[in-house]
Amino acid sequence: MQNEIIVSGFGGQGVLFGGQLLAYTAMDHGLHVTWIPSYGPEMRGGTANCTVIIADEEIGSPLVRRPGAVIAMNKPSLDKYEQLVKPGGVLIVNTSMVDRSAEREDINVVSLPANDIAEQVGSSKSLNMVMVGALLSALPVFPLEAIIESMDIHTPERNKRFLPDNVKALRAGFNHSA
Amino acid sequence: MTKELIKGNIAFAEAAIRAGLQAYFGYPITPQTEALEWMSGRMPELGRAFVQAESELGAINMVYGSACTGARTMTSSSSPGISLMQEGLSYIATSEVPVVVVNVMRGGPGLGNIAPAQSDYNQAVHGGGHGDYSPIVLAPANIQELIDITYESFDLAEKYRCIVMIAIDGSMGQMMEPAELPPFREIKKEHPAWAIVGAKGRKPNLICSLNIDEVEHEKVNLRLLARWNQIRKNEVRFKEYYLDDADFAVVGFGTAGRIALSAVRAAREKGIKVGLFRPVTLAPFPEKQIEALAARMKGLLVVEMNTGQMLDDVMRFGKDLSPVRFYGRPGGVIPLPEEILREIEALATETIPADIHPRDLWFDRLTAELGLTYEAA
Repeated sequence: MQNEIIVSGFGGQGVLFGGQLLAYTAMDHGLHVTWIPSYGPEMRGGTANCTVIIADEEIGSPLVRRPGAVIAMNKPSLDKYEQLVKPGGVLIVNTSMVDRSAEREDINVVSLPANDIAEQVGSSKSLNMVMVGALLSALPVFPLEAIIESMDIHTPERNKRFLPDNVKALRAGFNHSA
Repeated sequence: MTKELIKGNIAFAEAAIRAGLQAYFGYPITPQTEALEWMSGRMPELGRAFVQAESELGAINMVYGSACTGARTMTSSSSPGISLMQEGLSYIATSEVPVVVVNVMRGGPGLGNIAPAQSDYNQAVHGGGHGDYSPIVLAPANIQELIDITYESFDLAEKYRCIVMIAIDGSMGQMMEPAELPPFREIKKEHPAWAIVGAKGRKPNLICSLNIDEVEHEKVNLRLLARWNQIRKNEVRFKEYYLDDADFAVVGFGTAGRIALSAVRAAREKGIKVGLFRPVTLAPFPEKQIEALAARMKGLLVVEMNTGQMLDDVMRFGKDLSPVRFYGRPGGVIPLPEEILREIEALATETIPADIHPRDLWFDRLTAELGLTYEAA
Protein backbone atom coordinates (compact mmCIF):
# COMPACT_ATOMS: atom_id res chain seq x y z
CA MET A 1 0.00 0.00 0.00
CA GLN A 2 1.27 3.46 -0.87
CA ASN A 3 -0.63 6.75 -0.99
CA GLU A 4 0.97 9.87 -2.43
CA ILE A 5 -0.72 13.13 -1.52
CA ILE A 6 0.28 16.62 -2.64
CA VAL A 7 -1.15 19.56 -0.69
CA SER A 8 -0.81 22.82 -2.57
CA GLY A 9 -1.93 26.40 -2.19
CA PHE A 10 -0.78 29.91 -1.30
CA GLY A 11 1.64 30.38 1.57
CA GLY A 12 -0.56 31.12 4.59
CA GLN A 13 -3.37 28.72 3.65
CA GLY A 14 -2.04 26.06 6.00
CA VAL A 15 -0.63 23.88 3.25
CA LEU A 16 2.35 22.59 5.24
CA PHE A 17 0.34 21.94 8.39
CA GLY A 18 -2.39 20.18 6.40
CA GLY A 19 0.24 17.78 5.14
CA GLN A 20 1.87 17.42 8.54
CA LEU A 21 -1.43 16.45 10.09
CA LEU A 22 -1.72 13.59 7.61
CA ALA A 23 1.87 12.63 8.42
CA TYR A 24 1.32 12.67 12.20
CA THR A 25 -1.76 10.51 11.84
CA ALA A 26 0.09 8.04 9.63
CA MET A 27 2.88 7.86 12.20
CA ASP A 28 0.42 7.28 15.04
CA HIS A 29 -1.03 4.42 12.97
CA GLY A 30 2.39 2.79 12.78
CA LEU A 31 2.70 3.48 9.06
CA HIS A 32 5.75 4.69 7.17
CA VAL A 33 5.43 8.30 6.10
CA THR A 34 7.48 11.09 4.52
CA TRP A 35 6.59 14.78 4.47
CA ILE A 36 8.60 17.05 2.26
CA PRO A 37 7.94 20.70 1.46
CA SER A 38 8.91 22.55 -1.64
CA TYR A 39 11.17 25.19 -0.24
CA GLY A 40 12.94 28.27 -1.48
CA PRO A 41 11.62 31.43 -3.08
CA GLU A 42 8.27 29.71 -3.53
CA MET A 43 7.65 29.94 0.21
CA ARG A 44 7.50 33.71 0.09
CA GLY A 45 4.26 34.49 -1.69
CA GLY A 46 3.78 32.04 -4.54
CA THR A 47 2.47 28.53 -4.49
CA ALA A 48 3.60 26.42 -1.57
CA ASN A 49 3.22 22.67 -1.58
CA CYS A 50 4.22 19.59 0.29
CA THR A 51 4.25 15.93 -0.64
CA VAL A 52 3.12 13.30 1.86
CA ILE A 53 3.74 9.63 1.15
CA ILE A 54 2.11 7.04 3.36
CA ALA A 55 3.05 3.37 2.98
CA ASP A 56 3.19 0.08 4.84
CA GLU A 57 6.83 -0.54 3.91
CA GLU A 58 10.07 1.46 3.80
CA ILE A 59 9.44 4.46 1.53
CA GLY A 60 11.74 4.95 -1.43
CA SER A 61 11.31 8.26 -3.22
CA PRO A 62 9.80 11.02 -1.06
CA LEU A 63 8.72 12.76 -4.28
CA VAL A 64 6.47 11.60 -7.09
CA ARG A 65 5.67 12.99 -10.49
CA ARG A 66 2.17 11.56 -10.56
CA PRO A 67 0.46 11.67 -7.14
CA GLY A 68 -2.56 9.57 -6.26
CA ALA A 69 -4.23 12.55 -4.60
CA VAL A 70 -3.97 16.34 -4.73
CA ILE A 71 -5.49 18.99 -2.51
CA ALA A 72 -5.61 22.18 -4.60
CA MET A 73 -6.36 25.17 -2.39
CA ASN A 74 -6.02 27.80 -5.13
CA LYS A 75 -6.07 28.28 -8.91
CA PRO A 76 -2.32 27.95 -9.56
CA SER A 77 -2.37 24.62 -7.72
CA LEU A 78 -5.28 23.35 -9.81
CA ASP A 79 -3.49 24.44 -13.00
CA LYS A 80 -0.23 22.86 -11.93
CA TYR A 81 -1.49 19.51 -10.63
CA GLU A 82 -4.77 18.60 -12.36
CA GLN A 83 -3.05 16.87 -15.27
CA LEU A 84 -0.56 15.10 -12.99
CA VAL A 85 -3.02 13.18 -10.79
CA LYS A 86 -2.82 9.46 -11.53
CA PRO A 87 -5.79 8.04 -13.46
CA GLY A 88 -8.30 6.88 -10.87
CA GLY A 89 -6.83 9.31 -8.33
CA VAL A 90 -8.44 12.02 -6.24
CA LEU A 91 -8.46 15.80 -6.72
CA ILE A 92 -9.91 18.07 -4.04
CA VAL A 93 -10.61 21.57 -5.34
CA ASN A 94 -11.25 24.65 -3.23
CA THR A 95 -13.89 26.45 -5.32
CA SER A 96 -13.64 29.53 -3.08
CA MET A 97 -10.32 30.31 -4.76
CA VAL A 98 -10.79 28.85 -8.21
CA ASP A 99 -12.77 30.25 -11.15
CA ARG A 100 -12.97 27.12 -13.29
CA SER A 101 -14.04 23.51 -12.95
CA ALA A 102 -11.65 20.62 -13.08
CA GLU A 103 -11.62 19.01 -16.52
CA ARG A 104 -10.40 15.47 -15.88
CA GLU A 105 -13.01 12.75 -16.12
CA ASP A 106 -10.77 9.81 -15.24
CA ILE A 107 -10.24 10.93 -11.64
CA ASN A 108 -12.49 11.55 -8.68
CA VAL A 109 -12.89 15.34 -8.43
CA VAL A 110 -14.38 16.73 -5.22
CA SER A 111 -15.12 20.45 -5.39
CA LEU A 112 -16.11 22.44 -2.34
CA PRO A 113 -15.97 26.09 -1.20
CA ALA A 114 -13.53 25.46 1.66
CA ASN A 115 -13.08 29.10 2.70
CA ASP A 116 -16.83 29.57 3.04
CA ILE A 117 -17.37 26.28 4.83
CA ALA A 118 -14.54 27.05 7.25
CA GLU A 119 -15.97 30.47 7.98
CA GLN A 120 -19.46 29.06 8.55
CA VAL A 121 -18.29 26.52 11.13
CA GLY A 122 -15.88 28.81 12.98
CA SER A 123 -12.89 30.38 11.30
CA SER A 124 -11.85 30.88 7.70
CA LYS A 125 -8.33 29.99 8.83
CA SER A 126 -9.42 26.36 9.11
CA LEU A 127 -9.89 26.00 5.35
CA ASN A 128 -6.98 23.56 5.23
CA MET A 129 -8.86 21.30 7.65
CA VAL A 130 -11.97 21.43 5.47
CA MET A 131 -9.82 20.27 2.54
CA VAL A 132 -8.16 17.49 4.55
CA GLY A 133 -11.60 16.34 5.75
CA ALA A 134 -12.81 16.19 2.15
CA LEU A 135 -9.73 14.22 1.15
CA LEU A 136 -10.30 11.62 3.87
CA SER A 137 -13.85 11.13 2.71
CA ALA A 138 -12.74 10.50 -0.88
CA LEU A 139 -9.56 8.59 0.04
CA PRO A 140 -10.02 6.81 3.37
CA VAL A 141 -6.34 6.47 4.28
CA PHE A 142 -7.53 6.37 7.89
CA PRO A 143 -10.80 7.18 9.66
CA LEU A 144 -11.74 10.78 10.42
CA GLU A 145 -11.67 10.07 14.15
CA ALA A 146 -8.02 9.01 13.87
CA ILE A 147 -6.95 12.33 12.43
CA ILE A 148 -8.88 14.21 15.10
CA GLU A 149 -7.17 12.15 17.78
CA SER A 150 -3.73 12.75 16.26
CA MET A 151 -4.36 16.46 16.01
CA ASP A 152 -5.23 16.53 19.69
CA ILE A 153 -2.08 14.58 20.62
CA HIS A 154 0.33 16.69 18.59
CA THR A 155 -1.11 20.16 19.12
CA PRO A 156 1.04 21.98 21.67
CA GLU A 157 -0.75 23.31 24.73
CA ARG A 158 -0.43 26.94 23.60
CA ASN A 159 -2.37 26.16 20.40
CA LYS A 160 -5.10 23.98 21.90
CA ARG A 161 -7.57 26.87 21.66
CA PHE A 162 -7.64 26.40 17.87
CA LEU A 163 -8.65 22.75 18.19
CA PRO A 164 -12.46 23.09 18.32
CA ASP A 165 -12.63 25.14 15.10
CA ASN A 166 -10.23 22.78 13.37
CA VAL A 167 -12.23 19.72 14.38
CA LYS A 168 -15.48 21.33 13.20
CA ALA A 169 -13.82 22.22 9.89
CA LEU A 170 -12.50 18.66 9.44
CA ARG A 171 -15.96 17.22 10.03
CA ALA A 172 -17.61 19.78 7.76
CA GLY A 173 -15.22 18.98 4.91
CA PHE A 174 -15.63 15.24 5.47
CA ASN A 175 -19.44 15.44 5.54
CA HIS A 176 -19.66 17.83 2.61
CA SER A 177 -18.23 15.28 0.27
CA ALA A 178 -19.58 12.15 1.99
CA MET B 1 10.91 5.44 23.38
CA THR B 2 8.27 6.69 20.99
CA LYS B 3 8.65 8.00 17.49
CA GLU B 4 8.47 11.65 16.61
CA LEU B 5 7.81 13.28 13.28
CA ILE B 6 11.10 15.08 12.85
CA LYS B 7 12.83 17.16 10.19
CA GLY B 8 16.29 16.12 9.01
CA ASN B 9 18.10 19.30 10.03
CA ILE B 10 16.67 19.15 13.53
CA ALA B 11 17.12 15.39 13.74
CA PHE B 12 20.89 15.48 13.33
CA ALA B 13 21.24 18.52 15.58
CA GLU B 14 19.32 16.89 18.41
CA ALA B 15 21.05 13.54 17.87
CA ALA B 16 24.42 15.28 18.27
CA ILE B 17 23.23 16.96 21.47
CA ARG B 18 22.15 13.60 22.86
CA ALA B 19 25.50 12.09 21.88
CA GLY B 20 27.09 14.52 24.33
CA LEU B 21 27.96 17.38 22.00
CA GLN B 22 29.80 20.04 24.00
CA ALA B 23 30.38 22.74 21.43
CA TYR B 24 28.78 23.81 18.15
CA PHE B 25 30.02 26.57 15.86
CA GLY B 26 28.34 27.50 12.61
CA TYR B 27 27.04 30.06 10.20
CA PRO B 28 23.58 30.09 8.60
CA ILE B 29 23.08 28.80 5.08
CA THR B 30 20.04 27.27 3.36
CA PRO B 31 19.05 24.41 3.29
CA GLN B 32 20.79 23.69 6.61
CA THR B 33 19.85 26.69 8.76
CA GLU B 34 17.29 24.93 10.97
CA ALA B 35 20.16 22.93 12.48
CA LEU B 36 22.00 26.07 13.56
CA GLU B 37 18.74 27.57 14.80
CA TRP B 38 18.02 24.45 16.86
CA MET B 39 21.53 24.52 18.33
CA SER B 40 21.18 28.22 19.20
CA GLY B 41 18.29 27.36 21.51
CA ARG B 42 19.28 23.96 22.85
CA MET B 43 23.00 24.35 23.52
CA PRO B 44 22.78 27.41 25.82
CA GLU B 45 19.74 25.84 27.54
CA LEU B 46 21.94 22.85 28.42
CA GLY B 47 24.89 25.00 29.46
CA ARG B 48 26.95 24.01 26.44
CA ALA B 49 28.85 26.15 23.94
CA PHE B 50 27.17 27.66 20.89
CA VAL B 51 28.60 30.39 18.69
CA GLN B 52 27.19 31.75 15.48
CA ALA B 53 30.53 32.76 14.00
CA GLU B 54 31.20 35.70 11.71
CA SER B 55 31.70 33.35 8.76
CA GLU B 56 32.34 29.71 7.92
CA LEU B 57 36.08 30.40 8.24
CA GLY B 58 35.54 31.63 11.74
CA ALA B 59 33.30 28.67 12.54
CA ILE B 60 35.72 25.96 11.39
CA ASN B 61 38.63 27.53 13.26
CA MET B 62 36.53 27.68 16.42
CA VAL B 63 35.76 24.02 15.81
CA TYR B 64 39.50 23.37 15.50
CA GLY B 65 40.29 25.13 18.77
CA SER B 66 37.46 23.46 20.64
CA ALA B 67 38.37 20.00 19.33
CA CYS B 68 41.96 20.51 20.57
CA THR B 69 40.58 20.49 24.11
CA GLY B 70 39.03 17.08 23.49
CA ALA B 71 35.49 18.46 23.66
CA ARG B 72 32.87 16.84 21.43
CA THR B 73 32.61 19.43 18.70
CA MET B 74 30.66 19.81 15.48
CA THR B 75 29.67 22.18 12.75
CA SER B 76 27.22 21.96 9.89
CA SER B 77 26.80 23.88 6.69
CA SER B 78 25.86 23.50 3.05
CA SER B 79 28.08 23.19 -0.01
CA PRO B 80 29.47 26.76 -0.45
CA GLY B 81 30.01 26.97 3.30
CA ILE B 82 31.80 23.62 3.38
CA SER B 83 34.11 24.86 0.61
CA LEU B 84 35.05 27.81 2.81
CA MET B 85 35.93 25.41 5.62
CA GLN B 86 38.40 23.28 3.67
CA GLU B 87 41.56 24.99 4.88
CA GLY B 88 40.48 24.50 8.46
CA LEU B 89 39.55 20.87 7.81
CA SER B 90 43.01 20.17 6.44
CA TYR B 91 44.56 21.68 9.60
CA ILE B 92 42.20 19.61 11.73
CA ALA B 93 43.14 16.46 9.81
CA THR B 94 46.87 16.92 10.31
CA SER B 95 46.33 17.84 13.96
CA GLU B 96 44.52 14.53 14.49
CA VAL B 97 41.65 15.99 16.48
CA PRO B 98 38.16 14.45 16.24
CA VAL B 99 35.50 16.60 14.61
CA VAL B 100 32.05 15.96 13.14
CA VAL B 101 30.89 17.99 10.11
CA VAL B 102 27.50 17.78 8.42
CA ASN B 103 27.18 18.90 4.80
CA VAL B 104 23.58 19.44 3.67
CA MET B 105 24.48 19.54 -0.01
CA ARG B 106 22.86 21.91 -2.48
CA GLY B 107 23.16 22.57 -6.19
CA GLY B 108 26.62 23.75 -7.23
CA PRO B 109 29.17 24.72 -8.36
CA GLY B 110 29.49 28.23 -7.00
CA LEU B 111 26.64 29.73 -5.08
CA GLY B 112 24.44 27.54 -7.29
CA ASN B 113 21.01 27.19 -5.73
CA ILE B 114 19.32 25.80 -2.65
CA ALA B 115 17.92 22.65 -4.27
CA PRO B 116 19.15 19.17 -3.22
CA ALA B 117 22.30 17.79 -4.87
CA GLN B 118 25.08 15.26 -4.33
CA SER B 119 27.77 17.14 -6.19
CA ASP B 120 30.19 17.40 -3.26
CA TYR B 121 30.96 13.67 -3.37
CA ASN B 122 34.43 14.20 -4.81
CA GLN B 123 35.18 17.08 -2.47
CA ALA B 124 34.20 14.95 0.53
CA VAL B 125 35.69 11.64 -0.55
CA HIS B 126 38.69 12.49 -2.72
CA GLY B 127 39.51 16.10 -2.15
CA GLY B 128 38.57 18.85 0.22
CA GLY B 129 41.55 20.45 1.87
CA HIS B 130 45.14 20.06 0.77
CA GLY B 131 47.41 17.24 1.83
CA ASP B 132 47.19 13.48 2.30
CA TYR B 133 44.19 12.73 4.48
CA SER B 134 40.80 11.07 4.25
CA PRO B 135 37.79 11.81 6.41
CA ILE B 136 35.19 9.17 7.11
CA VAL B 137 32.20 10.12 4.93
CA LEU B 138 28.76 8.75 5.78
CA ALA B 139 25.66 9.11 3.60
CA PRO B 140 22.39 8.23 5.36
CA ALA B 141 19.22 8.00 3.27
CA ASN B 142 16.46 8.47 5.82
CA ILE B 143 15.92 10.40 9.03
CA GLN B 144 16.35 7.44 11.40
CA GLU B 145 19.61 6.51 9.74
CA LEU B 146 20.72 10.16 9.94
CA ILE B 147 20.01 10.17 13.68
CA ASP B 148 21.79 6.86 14.31
CA ILE B 149 24.82 7.84 12.26
CA THR B 150 25.14 11.26 13.89
CA TYR B 151 24.83 9.72 17.35
CA GLU B 152 27.66 7.32 16.59
CA SER B 153 29.83 9.70 14.57
CA PHE B 154 31.51 11.19 17.63
CA ASP B 155 32.68 7.75 18.77
CA LEU B 156 34.12 7.12 15.32
CA ALA B 157 35.84 10.50 15.19
CA GLU B 158 37.36 9.93 18.63
CA LYS B 159 38.36 6.32 17.97
CA TYR B 160 40.35 7.27 14.88
CA ARG B 161 41.11 10.91 15.80
CA CYS B 162 39.76 11.99 12.45
CA ILE B 163 37.09 14.04 10.72
CA VAL B 164 33.71 12.41 10.25
CA MET B 165 31.67 14.07 7.55
CA ILE B 166 27.97 13.30 7.25
CA ALA B 167 26.87 14.04 3.70
CA ILE B 168 23.16 14.55 3.14
CA ASP B 169 21.31 16.81 0.70
CA GLY B 170 18.78 19.59 0.98
CA SER B 171 15.79 17.29 0.61
CA MET B 172 16.89 15.24 3.64
CA GLY B 173 17.48 18.42 5.59
CA GLN B 174 13.93 19.56 4.91
CA MET B 175 12.10 16.23 4.98
CA MET B 176 10.14 14.96 7.98
CA GLU B 177 9.85 11.27 8.85
CA PRO B 178 8.89 9.42 12.01
CA ALA B 179 12.05 8.55 13.91
CA GLU B 180 13.20 7.68 17.39
CA LEU B 181 15.72 9.88 19.12
CA PRO B 182 18.35 8.13 21.26
CA PRO B 183 18.79 8.60 25.01
CA PHE B 184 20.98 11.38 26.41
CA ARG B 185 24.58 10.43 26.98
CA GLU B 186 26.48 11.97 29.83
CA ILE B 187 28.96 14.67 28.92
CA LYS B 188 32.50 13.27 29.02
CA LYS B 189 34.28 14.17 32.23
CA GLU B 190 37.77 13.01 31.29
CA HIS B 191 39.98 14.58 28.69
CA PRO B 192 41.99 12.48 26.26
CA ALA B 193 45.73 12.40 27.03
CA TRP B 194 46.56 14.53 23.98
CA ALA B 195 44.12 17.35 24.79
CA ILE B 196 45.19 20.94 25.44
CA VAL B 197 43.56 21.64 28.78
CA GLY B 198 46.32 23.15 30.91
CA ALA B 199 49.55 21.35 31.78
CA LYS B 200 49.91 21.87 35.50
CA GLY B 201 52.12 19.12 36.89
CA ARG B 202 52.83 17.47 33.56
CA LYS B 203 54.68 17.99 30.32
CA PRO B 204 52.69 20.32 28.00
CA ASN B 205 50.91 18.82 25.00
CA LEU B 206 51.45 20.38 21.62
CA ILE B 207 48.87 20.33 18.80
CA CYS B 208 50.10 22.13 15.72
CA SER B 209 49.47 21.66 12.00
CA LEU B 210 52.90 23.17 11.22
CA ASN B 211 55.67 20.61 11.17
CA ILE B 212 58.84 22.14 9.73
CA ASP B 213 60.82 18.91 10.08
CA GLU B 214 59.85 17.00 6.95
CA VAL B 215 61.13 13.66 8.25
CA GLU B 216 58.88 14.04 11.28
CA HIS B 217 56.00 15.18 9.10
CA GLU B 218 56.41 12.16 6.87
CA LYS B 219 55.75 10.09 9.97
CA VAL B 220 52.56 12.07 10.64
CA ASN B 221 51.41 11.31 7.08
CA LEU B 222 52.17 7.62 7.53
CA ARG B 223 50.36 7.55 10.88
CA LEU B 224 47.30 9.08 9.20
CA LEU B 225 47.50 6.41 6.52
CA ALA B 226 47.91 3.61 9.08
CA ARG B 227 44.77 4.84 10.79
CA TRP B 228 42.95 5.12 7.47
CA ASN B 229 43.84 1.52 6.71
CA GLN B 230 42.24 0.53 10.01
CA ILE B 231 39.16 2.50 9.02
CA ARG B 232 39.05 0.80 5.61
CA LYS B 233 39.19 -2.56 7.31
CA ASN B 234 36.66 -1.89 10.07
CA GLU B 235 34.13 0.70 9.03
CA VAL B 236 32.71 -0.09 5.58
CA ARG B 237 28.91 0.09 5.65
CA PHE B 238 26.23 -0.43 3.04
CA LYS B 239 22.62 -1.53 2.61
CA GLU B 240 21.28 -4.10 0.17
CA TYR B 241 17.75 -4.43 -1.19
CA TYR B 242 16.33 -7.24 -3.35
CA LEU B 243 19.80 -8.45 -4.37
CA ASP B 244 19.48 -12.14 -3.47
CA ASP B 245 18.11 -13.30 -6.82
CA ALA B 246 19.03 -10.22 -8.85
CA ASP B 247 20.59 -10.18 -12.33
CA PHE B 248 21.06 -6.41 -12.27
CA ALA B 249 21.88 -3.89 -9.56
CA VAL B 250 21.37 -0.17 -9.10
CA VAL B 251 24.09 1.55 -7.06
CA GLY B 252 23.12 4.84 -5.42
CA PHE B 253 23.73 6.63 -2.11
CA GLY B 254 21.61 8.90 0.06
CA THR B 255 18.52 10.38 -1.55
CA ALA B 256 19.41 9.05 -5.02
CA GLY B 257 19.60 5.59 -3.43
CA ARG B 258 16.18 5.79 -1.85
CA ILE B 259 14.60 7.19 -5.02
CA ALA B 260 16.16 4.26 -6.88
CA LEU B 261 14.47 1.91 -4.40
CA SER B 262 11.07 3.01 -5.74
CA ALA B 263 12.28 2.36 -9.30
CA VAL B 264 13.66 -1.04 -8.31
CA ARG B 265 10.29 -2.06 -6.88
CA ALA B 266 8.50 -0.84 -10.01
CA ALA B 267 10.94 -2.80 -12.20
CA ARG B 268 10.38 -5.93 -10.07
CA GLU B 269 6.65 -5.58 -10.73
CA LYS B 270 7.52 -5.72 -14.43
CA GLY B 271 9.47 -8.92 -13.88
CA ILE B 272 13.01 -7.49 -14.01
CA LYS B 273 15.25 -9.11 -11.43
CA VAL B 274 16.95 -6.00 -10.12
CA GLY B 275 18.19 -4.98 -6.69
CA LEU B 276 19.73 -1.96 -5.01
CA PHE B 277 23.15 -1.54 -3.41
CA ARG B 278 23.31 1.61 -1.27
CA PRO B 279 26.75 2.58 0.04
CA VAL B 280 26.41 4.12 3.51
CA THR B 281 30.10 4.88 3.91
CA LEU B 282 31.28 6.77 0.83
CA ALA B 283 34.70 6.77 2.47
CA PRO B 284 35.81 4.12 3.16
CA PHE B 285 34.17 3.05 -0.11
CA PRO B 286 32.73 -0.49 -0.20
CA GLU B 287 35.38 -1.60 -2.70
CA LYS B 288 35.22 -5.34 -2.10
CA GLN B 289 31.44 -5.33 -2.05
CA ILE B 290 31.25 -3.48 -5.38
CA GLU B 291 33.76 -5.93 -6.83
CA ALA B 292 31.74 -8.92 -5.64
CA LEU B 293 28.50 -7.32 -6.80
CA ALA B 294 29.88 -6.61 -10.29
CA ALA B 295 31.13 -10.17 -10.54
CA ARG B 296 27.62 -11.50 -9.81
CA MET B 297 25.56 -9.09 -11.95
CA LYS B 298 24.88 -8.85 -15.66
CA GLY B 299 24.93 -5.06 -15.39
CA LEU B 300 25.17 -2.17 -12.93
CA LEU B 301 23.32 1.15 -13.04
CA VAL B 302 24.87 3.99 -11.02
CA VAL B 303 22.41 6.75 -10.08
CA GLU B 304 23.51 10.06 -8.58
CA MET B 305 22.40 13.67 -8.21
CA ASN B 306 25.56 14.89 -9.98
CA THR B 307 27.39 14.16 -13.24
CA GLY B 308 28.84 10.84 -12.12
CA GLN B 309 31.28 11.28 -9.25
CA MET B 310 30.78 8.01 -7.39
CA LEU B 311 30.49 6.45 -10.84
CA ASP B 312 34.29 6.66 -11.16
CA ASP B 313 34.74 4.69 -7.93
CA VAL B 314 32.23 2.07 -9.00
CA MET B 315 34.07 1.81 -12.35
CA ARG B 316 37.38 1.46 -10.57
CA PHE B 317 36.28 -1.69 -8.79
CA GLY B 318 33.55 -3.04 -11.04
CA LYS B 319 34.04 -2.17 -14.68
CA ASP B 320 36.13 -5.19 -15.63
CA LEU B 321 33.54 -7.49 -14.12
CA SER B 322 30.25 -6.05 -15.34
CA PRO B 323 28.93 -3.49 -17.84
CA VAL B 324 28.16 -0.19 -16.11
CA ARG B 325 25.49 2.35 -17.02
CA PHE B 326 25.01 5.79 -15.49
CA TYR B 327 22.11 8.11 -14.83
CA GLY B 328 22.38 11.44 -13.03
CA ARG B 329 20.68 14.80 -12.65
CA PRO B 330 23.05 17.61 -11.64
CA GLY B 331 22.59 21.19 -10.49
CA GLY B 332 19.77 20.63 -7.99
CA VAL B 333 17.40 18.57 -10.15
CA ILE B 334 16.02 15.48 -8.40
CA PRO B 335 15.72 12.36 -10.56
CA LEU B 336 12.29 10.76 -10.23
CA PRO B 337 11.55 7.02 -10.05
CA GLU B 338 10.07 6.97 -13.59
CA GLU B 339 13.40 8.14 -15.05
CA ILE B 340 15.36 5.51 -13.15
CA LEU B 341 12.85 2.81 -14.07
CA ARG B 342 13.43 3.64 -17.74
CA GLU B 343 17.16 3.26 -17.18
CA ILE B 344 16.70 -0.09 -15.44
CA GLU B 345 14.60 -1.33 -18.37
CA ALA B 346 17.31 -0.23 -20.79
CA LEU B 347 19.98 -1.86 -18.62
CA ALA B 348 18.09 -5.15 -18.77
CA THR B 349 17.55 -5.10 -22.55
CA GLU B 350 20.28 -3.08 -24.28
CA THR B 351 23.92 -3.98 -24.83
CA ILE B 352 26.31 -1.46 -23.28
CA PRO B 353 29.21 -0.55 -25.61
CA ALA B 354 32.44 -1.48 -23.84
CA ASP B 355 34.60 1.21 -25.40
CA ILE B 356 32.61 4.33 -24.47
CA HIS B 357 32.57 5.75 -20.94
CA PRO B 358 29.11 5.47 -19.32
CA ARG B 359 29.22 9.21 -18.56
CA ASP B 360 29.58 10.03 -22.26
CA LEU B 361 26.68 7.76 -23.17
CA TRP B 362 24.52 9.28 -20.46
CA PHE B 363 25.48 12.82 -21.51
CA ASP B 364 24.28 12.16 -25.05
CA ARG B 365 21.03 10.57 -23.84
CA LEU B 366 20.19 13.30 -21.34
CA THR B 367 21.08 16.27 -23.56
CA ALA B 368 19.07 14.77 -26.42
CA GLU B 369 16.10 14.33 -24.11
CA LEU B 370 16.39 17.88 -22.79
CA GLY B 371 16.83 19.21 -26.31
CA LEU B 372 20.23 20.72 -25.54
CA THR B 373 23.19 20.89 -27.90
CA TYR B 374 26.80 21.54 -27.00
CA GLU B 375 30.03 21.63 -28.94
CA ALA B 376 31.16 18.06 -29.64
CA ALA B 377 34.09 16.75 -27.63
